[in-house]
Amino acid sequence: MADPLLSVRDLVVEFPTRRGTLRALDRVSFDIMPGEVLGMVGESGAGKSITGAAIIGLIEPPGRVASGEIRLKGERIDNLRPEALRKIRGKRIGMVFQDPLTSLNPLYTVAQQLIETIRTHIDCSEAEARKRAVALLDRVGIPAAARRIDDYPHHFSGGMRQRVVIALALCAEPELVIADEPTTALDVSVQSQIIEVLKDICAERGAAVMLITHDMGVIAETADRVAVLYAGRVAEIGPVREVITEALHPYTRGLMGSIPTLTQESDRLVQIPGAMPRLNAIPQGCAFNPRCDKAFAPCFTDRPELLALEGGRQVACWLHDTAKAQEVPHG
Amino acid sequence: MIAFILRRLLQSVIVMIAVAAVSFSLFRFVGDPINSMVGQETSIADRQALRESLGLNDPIVLQFGRFLGNALQGEFGISYRLQMPVTELILQRLPATVELALVSGLLAFVLGLSLGVYTALRRRGVLSNIIMTASLIGVSLPTFLIGVLLIWVFAVELRWLPSNGRGEVVALGDWWSTGLLTHSGRLALILPAITLGLYQMTLIMRLVRAEMLEVLRTDYIKFARARGLSARAVNFGHALKNTLVPVITITGLQLGSIIAFAIITETVFNWPGVGALFINSVRFVDVPVMAAYLMMIALIFVVINLIVDLLYYAVDPRLRVDRAGKAH
Amino acid sequence: MTSKTPGRLYRLWDSDLFYAFRTAPVAIVATLVALTIIACAVLAPWLAPMNPYNPGGLNLMNGFTPPMEPNAFTGETFLMGADNQGRDMLSTIMYGTRTSLFVGAMAVLFAMTLGISIGLYAGWRGGWVDGALMRVADVQLAFPAILIALLIFGIARGFIPDNLRDQLAIWVLIVAIGLSDWVQFARVVRGATMVEKNKEYVQAARVIGAHPAKIMFRHILPNVMGPVLVIATISLALAIIAEATLSFLGVGVPPTQPSLGTLIRIGQGFLISGEWWILLFPSLTLLALALSVNLLGDWLRDALNPRLR
Repeated sequence: MADPLLSVRDLVVEFPTRRGTLRALDRVSFDIMPGEVLGMVGESGAGKSITGAAIIGLIEPPGRVASGEIRLKGERIDNLRPEALRKIRGKRIGMVFQDPLTSLNPLYTVAQQLIETIRTHIDCSEAEARKRAVALLDRVGIPAAARRIDDYPHHFSGGMRQRVVIALALCAEPELVIADEPTTALDVSVQSQIIEVLKDICAERGAAVMLITHDMGVIAETADRVAVLYAGRVAEIGPVREVITEALHPYTRGLMGSIPTLTQESDRLVQIPGAMPRLNAIPQGCAFNPRCDKAFAPCFTDRPELLALEGGRQVACWLHDTAKAQEVPHG
Repeated sequence: MIAFILRRLLQSVIVMIAVAAVSFSLFRFVGDPINSMVGQETSIADRQALRESLGLNDPIVLQFGRFLGNALQGEFGISYRLQMPVTELILQRLPATVELALVSGLLAFVLGLSLGVYTALRRRGVLSNIIMTASLIGVSLPTFLIGVLLIWVFAVELRWLPSNGRGEVVALGDWWSTGLLTHSGRLALILPAITLGLYQMTLIMRLVRAEMLEVLRTDYIKFARARGLSARAVNFGHALKNTLVPVITITGLQLGSIIAFAIITETVFNWPGVGALFINSVRFVDVPVMAAYLMMIALIFVVINLIVDLLYYAVDPRLRVDRAGKAH
Repeated sequence: MTSKTPGRLYRLWDSDLFYAFRTAPVAIVATLVALTIIACAVLAPWLAPMNPYNPGGLNLMNGFTPPMEPNAFTGETFLMGADNQGRDMLSTIMYGTRTSLFVGAMAVLFAMTLGISIGLYAGWRGGWVDGALMRVADVQLAFPAILIALLIFGIARGFIPDNLRDQLAIWVLIVAIGLSDWVQFARVVRGATMVEKNKEYVQAARVIGAHPAKIMFRHILPNVMGPVLVIATISLALAIIAEATLSFLGVGVPPTQPSLGTLIRIGQGFLISGEWWILLFPSLTLLALALSVNLLGDWLRDALNPRLR
């Protein structure tokens, strides 16, 4: 099996507040293979965006990475000094943000922003950088790129701006692109186009994608594997097709069942009772136990670790731990 | 663009006319012009005659029109107190104020900008906290107190700098005089410039800091960092540039208020400028001078406002509706 | 599991605002300093060692006594020295602060009342009334407050006959400073009023024939309390400074009721001859007062700003 491009192990991110320290991420572990698209799903507040921010090293103080390891091609990047980390950003890991309307500096033209980024990471002349920039814009689908490159951001519509953002994120040829809700702020009609662009251009360059979203439809279309986050912990990881059709974790099952499809037969959508716990009120044991209809004794006392099952699937649930399931008689 | 300029010009004219109306009312109705001009012994009949000859019995609108006409020609009557033409008085003293205002404005801007950027970038540093605390003191210190304390330390105790006056001045051209060309003139400029500029500098510094902190929180700065741009590019190329847009415009507006604050500084240091002239005119209810000063200040403010608006337009591309027009 | 609902006092103690206060040494020190000065000023007639404006109590021989040194002739010691006429500096400062505070507080009250009224009216009426009022506000904001206060003072002086000038000076001063500072209050209240005006309960009240104004006021008030408090605190510092400046320039309080500004001007006159204490102590008092009020206002603004938490 090939070595993972990105490897996250037991990542813990904490936020000190006056009422105690909150753990936004509580020992999150996963891998991303070169060239693959890993979807990261979960409700608002589950920790998806924080994971992306932690990987690229942009957690805002007072938040901080408290422990754990993040490795890019085997080398640790979570403990690098700021200057070394900066060299990685853009060059090896790129990031696409959610809101195209605020991601671009309104006082500089697109050309200036692209050329600046290119020349920061690649040693070339201004003319050379400009050529690359125009080619890139053309590739992401901006019509008349050579002319429009000298426009200011406010001359572009939302969808067009997001294409510019993608171009900016990829102009230094990174190996991994973290896309944090790249389509949430866009019109529905434009969303699928942008996802297409992102997927194509990354595939072309062999870049892996960490696609953070709460939209399962996007994941189903685009991702190879998916990781499900709940209350700062990983609930399940696996190939997209299998996780969707045959979820292992009760939370994932609830998540899939709550998505309406055209072919669905039932009258009502499945609803998971209750709500995801606040970070300062996470129950002991498995974080999902108050809402789980299959919870049994160990779920209330011991936190389930991520278990590797066959077919590249992982799940953090006592139901799938054959040892535990045998220990305690089912109720 | 042309439409914008025309509209602003029109607004300025309207404001000036409104101020002229206030000035005129001052002139006409505060105190009695006749009584302020003549001595006690003048007979009633003579006063009436004077009133008639000065046109004070004509309809108000006519008087206002005359006032406006005179004002446009720079004619503001005679000072009650000094018995000299007001315009001449003001012109005589204007260079002193303008020089002081420009020097302190420059000082305030340069220092304020540098300190503001520093305290925004090194937000939690010890030096930053000291500077911020000192700035609060700066805002709480009234200008006159700064002046007085500076005089005490540097003029009375240390005797390094003069405590009043302008030093030697050199005439430039017809009516301008400058103190910058003589050693004593330059020395005399130091304390007043610091006094006048300190408050402005504090304001600018706090403004720059606040704006920069706001800008540093934006998405485009986060994205710039995420693209691996150097700290210098992010902080100065992106953050500072965006901070400067509102800062320059607000600072420009401050320049107008410096001229007004000069009133205080000039009083403390016996600086022979228009501010001191105005204070004396308030003390003695010398209405022509008050009215003229008001018009002059209004003109300065209006002109500065206009320039600042144009500057904003030139600097922020979002305000320009040019070839691309709509977003597409 | 039973638990008592925390009492009101506990909730106040535990509230975010008070917590921020308890843990910010700056705020505590500033409040203490401000309160001390204010207390001394308000209670001056009872606390001051002497009444500096009672000519009968003055002993000219005490003149120019330096602080903490016994006078060569009378043997009296003054904590902060004595001025040229033998007045105890501590007393003059306490009385002076009293005047300064009176003018400052009254000016802020005036500005607040005026500003809130105008803001409510402009917000309620909307349309061209609102437009006109806000235009006036904008124009006024463009000019420095000191200039406006000076102008109003000058104009008022022109109308008041000489014999009444001294008596009315304080009130003219209060009105002048207040008039130069109402805009911020008006803006905040106008904004809140406009927000409330569009809410449904206002329409509902109209439908049943009740006048929505009273109900709106009850809803507007809690929203504006915070910002108004911040503005009022900072305005107080500004008003105190404005009054001191005007008095220093000779166009403020009359000589019979000196404030800190007047004292500083007098002190400046004695710098050359070396009686530094006549300048220093009033200066320090003014600085301490303005600084502590400013610090409090600054801290208050940060504490009430939801985004900085």
